[in-house]
Amino acid sequence: MEFRRREAPFLAPEVSVSSLMLQVLAALVPAAMAHVWFFGPGFILNLLIAAVFSVAGEALMLSLRGRKPETGLADYSVLVTAALLAFALPSLTPWWVTATGALFAVIVAKHLYGGLGYNIFNPAMAGYVVILVAFPMHVNLWVAPRMGDLDYQHLSILQTLYFTLTGSLADGITFDAISRATPLDVMKSGLNNARTAAEIRSIPIMGDFGGRGWEWIGNFLAFGGFWLLIRKIIRWQIPVGVGLGLLVPATIMYMADAGSHASPGFHLFSGATILCAFFIATDPVSAATSPKGRFVYGLGIGLLIYCIRRWGSYADGVAFAVLLMNMSVPAIDYLTRPHIVGHQRRSNRGEADG
Amino acid sequence: MSAPTYDLGTLHGGLRLPARKSVSTRQPIVAMPVPAQLVLPITQHVGDPAEPIVGIGERVLKGQLIADTNSALGAPVHASSSGKVIAIEPWPVVRRFGENAPCIVVECDGRDESVQRADTAADFTTLAAEDLLGKILHGGIVGLGGAVFPTAQKLMQARTCEIDHLILNGVECESYISCDDLLMREHAEEIISGAQILMHALQIDRCFIAVESDKPEAVGKLAEVLGKINDDRIILKKVPTIYPSGGEDQLVQLVTNREVPSAGLPSDVGCLVQNVGTTAAIHDWVINNEPLISRVTTVTGDGVASPVNVRARIGTPIGEIIEMAGGYTDRAEQLIIGGPMTGKSITTDRVPLVKSTNCVLVSSKTPSPGPALPCIRCGDCASVCPVQLLPQQLFWYACADDEAKLRDFGLIDCIECGCCDLVCPSRIPLTADFRVAKGRIRELADEKARAARARQRFEARNDRLEREQARRESELAQQKAAAKKAGPTAIAEILKRRKPKNEDDE
Repeated sequence: MEFRRREAPFLAPEVSVSSLMLQVLAALVPAAMAHVWFFGPGFILNLLIAAVFSVAGEALMLSLRGRKPETGLADYSVLVTAALLAFALPSLTPWWVTATGALFAVIVAKHLYGGLGYNIFNPAMAGYVVILVAFPMHVNLWVAPRMGDLDYQHLSILQTLYFTLTGSLADGITFDAISRATPLDVMKSGLNNARTAAEIRSIPIMGDFGGRGWEWIGNFLAFGGFWLLIRKIIRWQIPVGVGLGLLVPATIMYMADAGSHASPGFHLFSGATILCAFFIATDPVSAATSPKGRFVYGLGIGLLIYCIRRWGSYADGVAFAVLLMNMSVPAIDYLTRPHIVGHQRRSNRGEADG
Repeated sequence: MSAPTYDLGTLHGGLRLPARKSVSTRQPIVAMPVPAQLVLPITQHVGDPAEPIVGIGERVLKGQLIADTNSALGAPVHASSSGKVIAIEPWPVVRRFGENAPCIVVECDGRDESVQRADTAADFTTLAAEDLLGKILHGGIVGLGGAVFPTAQKLMQARTCEIDHLILNGVECESYISCDDLLMREHAEEIISGAQILMHALQIDRCFIAVESDKPEAVGKLAEVLGKINDDRIILKKVPTIYPSGGEDQLVQLVTNREVPSAGLPSDVGCLVQNVGTTAAIHDWVINNEPLISRVTTVTGDGVASPVNVRARIGTPIGEIIEMAGGYTDRAEQLIIGGPMTGKSITTDRVPLVKSTNCVLVSSKTPSPGPALPCIRCGDCASVCPVQLLPQQLFWYACADDEAKLRDFGLIDCIECGCCDLVCPSRIPLTADFRVAKGRIRELADEKARAARARQRFEARNDRLEREQARRESELAQQKAAAKKAGPTAIAEILKRRKPKNEDDE
């Protein structure tokens, strides 16, 4: 009998990029539902707009680069980018703001660097930073979270759609009635105005740890993140690194002077910390690649988030921290190579080789 | 009686493969009848080919030496049964490169007559270590685990180092393969006797027998025999069922916690590893005077009707062995010699069983992984790499053909186990790419060596020309000096002699 010749190994891999990306998307679902519950239907509109524009951008770039759009789109990575961008934006965002971010993320940050696998910068964060710089007034417009004892004016889906399409509110609604400063903003401006952290914490919007609504979204994100960890879609090094990088300085500063520093719990649960630790920083393409390197990468992100929040002029620093550490990846990867079995242990560096 | 598990070293990464061994372990080893024709390749080992010492038409007996070698890296070949040599010609064999290799074809007469040996088996403990090694050298014994390094050479090399551990490899970590498992169940005495012979030949007094934890019957049988012979130099070690713990260097690391140096051998860290099948073959040769003319092989996969382990003569065509396992099923779409991770796919079942054939796997086609996507640097490959390489970086540098980086990141340390392929979400054929990259690095090294030799030759030539030039100049200077000494008259005479010539020129 005659047979065809093939190359070993003859067992087929079970994982695929598309299944990884779909699982990341699945892990975001509970937090997305919480987002809609607390901040209204705007999240869904943002997600749809981000998805439409990033998929269109991806298809355009793939065909311009002479690739088959259907194979490129089938890996679903572009939807993860769109979802992360939607999570970073307030629920009230005009469509052109979201579109600008999505198109920049996919066209510039992803495809101009060579597409999936070759981008140096996290596309979602690059897109978000462009929005931050180009439309600063829109990223701070958060509606008040839905909480029983908070006065808030609920926006219907039509009113939200009206704002998303036009960028202005429907008649009879004012920004003052619906929007609130985010807990991170409150904390930052409060501390700048020489109020104590404890005073600021007593404002109802601050919630138990990191702000009403936000902390619950954080819980659901952490839930999804742990699920990804258990499924080994992500590894522990980056989330733990981000957590330690942020919490260690936060704890030290809080213990040194609790009056003028926010608590570590606040840092952990407010803003995009948990989203970053489990979903943004863990983007494998733009992260460091060796196990030790990923821990260092995570630590760097956490530390930078703390520095930007504490001393920077922005309330949150996740996007900048991630992009800055993206730049450091080649150096981190070079310096944290694991010990190759059978090679002389490199003793010129003070690391304990595992 | 269960085997105690002693402290083990650690192995990085690895995979839990689907075992799929039980299909072939339900019945004992089946002895295969002598085939009508034997095809015996003269190279069944790593190293130099043996020289045929029989002619076409000659009658040979079972166990008779038919190809010999005096190379430092050779192994002799014996006839597996009696019959007539009908051809010495190229024949399809299992090799990575090329299809055909020279083989001695024997038409069996079915009488299976053995050759008479002058030397009767002596008590090996009375033999000097050198004599024992010499004896092993003539048995045609090679490593039966798959690497097929000539055993005698391996032992002689080991004797030049300080060896303190003999490790018997009964791990058999690949999916499907179960020939060593069955051998351990049925021939534990021979395996352990072979180990004792090796310990005597190498003058060492510590032997570990490593068996994977998913082979309780084999472990039980070995423990039983060890309890009976009461040789406290030999210790049974149960190792975790993780692929590729049966790789030679990986097993050394697992059993002794010593790392075999890059490009080195286990003997560099005081270990000698032998497959259990090899020690059984050593026993058969040293004690029973039977050279390596048969082996146990697993015939399995969903492409054969009834998977089984057979003991077949070396040189039996694979097709006949598959007949022993009930023949092909409808699902037979690929034929693999070896396991599914590191085996070689072959095109025809005319190839003969050779000393290295531990498994004949006939299976349905591996589902196509589809086109490879770009690497997303997830690092899953690095987390399963038993050598702790970073395959994602190696792949990057292999694409860029960056030889320096490839060396720096340890491409040559890649053992080609295939673990990274199996976990890659982008379905990149990493192992195949690394094989190609290794080949290119070797080519580049050869090219560099050639260029260096050419440069040396060129420089030597330049030196020679310079030396000649210098010699000529100094001779001229000497002549001039001599002429000067002879005085103006002599010069005038010389000039006069040359004058007519000058005039001709004008």
